[in-house]
Amino acid sequence: MTKKTVDPLERVEKELKKCVKCGACRANCPAFTAFQREPAVARGKVALAQHIMKGDITLDDGTYAAMSKCLLCGSCVEKCPNQVPTDEIVIAAREALAKRRGLTTFHKAVGQVIKTRKLMNLGAFAASILGPVFFRKIPATSGLRLRFPVPFIGNSRHIPQIAKKSFIASHPEVIQGEPGKPRIVFFVGCMTNFVYTGIGEATIKLFQHLGCTIIIPKDQQCCGLPGMSGGDLDTVRELAEQNLAALEAHQADYVMTACATCGGALHKLYPLVIGKRNPELKERLKALADKTVDASVLLKKLGLNPEETGSSAELNITYHDPCHLRTAGITKEPRALLKGTPGLNLVEMEGADRCCGLGGTFNVYHYDSSLKINAGKTAAIQATGADAVVTGCPGCIMQLSDGLKQAGDKTRVVHTVELLAGQIKR
Amino acid sequence: MLEARILDKLTEIVGKENIATEVQDMICYGYDATQMEFLPDAVVHPANSAEVSQVLALANREKFPVFPRGAGSGFTGGALPKGGGIVLVTTRMNRILRIDTDNLVAEVEPGVVTEAFQMEVEKLGLFYPPDPASLKFSTLGGNVAECAGGPRAVKYGVTKDFVMGLEVVLPTGEVIRTGGETVKGVVGYDLTKLICGSEGTLGVITKIIFKLLPYPDSKKTMLTVFDSIDGAARAVSTIIKGKIIPTTLEFMDHATLTCVERRFNLGLPAEGRAVLLIEVDGDRDLIEKQAEQIHALIKPLGLVQFRVAKDAAESEELWRVRRLVSPSLRDVNPDKFNEDIVVPRSRVPDVIRRIEQIQQRYEIPIVNFGHAGDGNIHVNIMIDKTVPGQLEKAHEAIKEVFQAALDLGGTMSGEHGVGLAKQAFIPMELTADQIGAMRAIKRALDPNNILNPGKMLPVE
Repeated sequence: MTKKTVDPLERVEKELKKCVKCGACRANCPAFTAFQREPAVARGKVALAQHIMKGDITLDDGTYAAMSKCLLCGSCVEKCPNQVPTDEIVIAAREALAKRRGLTTFHKAVGQVIKTRKLMNLGAFAASILGPVFFRKIPATSGLRLRFPVPFIGNSRHIPQIAKKSFIASHPEVIQGEPGKPRIVFFVGCMTNFVYTGIGEATIKLFQHLGCTIIIPKDQQCCGLPGMSGGDLDTVRELAEQNLAALEAHQADYVMTACATCGGALHKLYPLVIGKRNPELKERLKALADKTVDASVLLKKLGLNPEETGSSAELNITYHDPCHLRTAGITKEPRALLKGTPGLNLVEMEGADRCCGLGGTFNVYHYDSSLKINAGKTAAIQATGADAVVTGCPGCIMQLSDGLKQAGDKTRVVHTVELLAGQIKR
Repeated sequence: MLEARILDKLTEIVGKENIATEVQDMICYGYDATQMEFLPDAVVHPANSAEVSQVLALANREKFPVFPRGAGSGFTGGALPKGGGIVLVTTRMNRILRIDTDNLVAEVEPGVVTEAFQMEVEKLGLFYPPDPASLKFSTLGGNVAECAGGPRAVKYGVTKDFVMGLEVVLPTGEVIRTGGETVKGVVGYDLTKLICGSEGTLGVITKIIFKLLPYPDSKKTMLTVFDSIDGAARAVSTIIKGKIIPTTLEFMDHATLTCVERRFNLGLPAEGRAVLLIEVDGDRDLIEKQAEQIHALIKPLGLVQFRVAKDAAESEELWRVRRLVSPSLRDVNPDKFNEDIVVPRSRVPDVIRRIEQIQQRYEIPIVNFGHAGDGNIHVNIMIDKTVPGQLEKAHEAIKEVFQAALDLGGTMSGEHGVGLAKQAFIPMELTADQIGAMRAIKRALDPNNILNPGKMLPVE
């Protein structure tokens, strides 16, 4: 094995030694719950990474299969007595695998799509450009006929409708607010831009209500997370630089996301994947990370009064913690806002903090297991008797909707901001 | 390496979904919490006792080793396939078969996770007290095989005290029942007790009948801080002598507290040298009285803080101190040897003094905490394996710690077992005749030495 192949894992060499194989991760790992085999659990992947480093196993199909069985949900990290960052280890291992074996046809396609310059600004053309990859217009024999989680194509999956016009294309780049009020750069994300545009609309309404100036940079790109989950970190690095330039260009007080996953990319992934060899870029990305804030946290901080803005319809709701908010410690803010909204009655579900099972590529390669994990979530939601399940990530929204619909359940799935902006008319 | 025809037969028994031979799978079933590693030749996941029986009969006929494994969270290497062979994982057998509220018994398969079982019985107002630290992920089968303990052993005893009967597959393939579900029963040898703690060397447990208790009405948690380690150690025996049996009596020494405090800043008093975390449970009025009695008993022993949790949330806050111990220890040194000696409760102060002397003599940090209420102390010898000579020093220190426990009328392991980790030390505790008797049992049940060979008893 050449030195170069192992490179990404060297990033986490020190962390690998921290794992004592106690097995605590078995209690918390959703992938292990689904597969019930050790290669699916954190300590198994750490053991494999250790052996890759030693050079006594190769980056072959078996290693690839094991490393693919991870949702990167971070629950093992939170519960680990030694705080072993298995998520970072898996990301590094996937990068090593991709470098060694080359990207899969699927991930090459993903990379090409998410790197398309001006992708986010394609407007009405989006669907037709994305079509060949995302939709079933491809012959069954083509390697491009792939199931992709954003927006997902599955055999039995309920596919969300794609918007006629993308969110970014539907809005001016700057929506001027009141003088003296915060200037906010809105990092939209693909799901909100192309599928759940309502989340974007609600977000704008709320921050306009607070008098903020909202900037929606036209040249922002995909956050890159779909690339990351396949080990295509070079694409992530490329997108990190492009997004950095796009977001830095506007003098703003905050960079705000309403997508937990995009927030996770800006906040944690970018600084992580840019090596020490590029200190200047790393510093700038760190500064960007410090400025990045989730919509719910910022709304709370800027003193949104949900009594003025929020839905007043009587509704029993339950809240699902997206992994990328939970691992960033954001669990209280959305709940506080929802509890303060007239008419809403929050009933906690069992295991609100457990992953929905989407996990980027996981959902593509392990759809059955993803469904299994999701089924647990569906049951927990149903047990609350809630009329709607609320969450802060469009990815989770898609996954939860799919689970509920497949169970023949009509419970609505909505984003926190959609309920908070329920009363605002434009 | 196993011959292809044997692998074919194993595949026939468990199905191709439930056998693995790829190197990645071997790595993932080659470790446990000891940080030792031995790779098996194959891993099988049988679904029931019939499949286990067929696997063992085949192994006995073809003479290849079988290593039973639950969650693989053991501290002594009991589930490790040293020398190669197959690992037999019990986690597919994970059903709770019945919870009998008329007779307060439950029957389970071995792969059920301890905490999952506790939660189910608690829904019915019942109680399964054994609480090893690994209860969120360890399996009941593993708990029985290792006779797991835990903090609540002070009042309620250990796993074997709750096992009424078993279904066991013998190394030669026969499936037998031991014990039963009656409170009394004296027909034949007590094979149930023999299997409990036998570390998977005498049979594979495929069903367990547990005794259950009514769930206690309420509990009270107290965090007590002492100005000397001796004061805390004496408090343990004073409480027991005062005829109060708390549910738990957890001890943490100064080194432990320093680690926890440094990392988590819990605001423990600076003059504190040792902590006892005490919990009592039972009838509400009774435990109020017991808490007062405990306070009165330990006050003269250099008590500098006595905190009583007002509610469940505060109780959880106090327990946090104890739970944070394990993650904090590695700040002392990267590698630890976690031993679990036991002495009669009245000798806890003596053994703590002896360990302090050993620590000074060897100049390596030893951190002590654990279930002092039943005399079980977790002695953590903290070293850095990369520093030359430390490993050897640790080995010598461990030997002396064991000797101290034995001199004081104790044992070298209360709940972790022997496995591979303590095998070499066994002759310190057991006589040649005792070992001979144990070997005779092993030979009688496992004539070809195929089940978890090379474990527990010293290598001949």
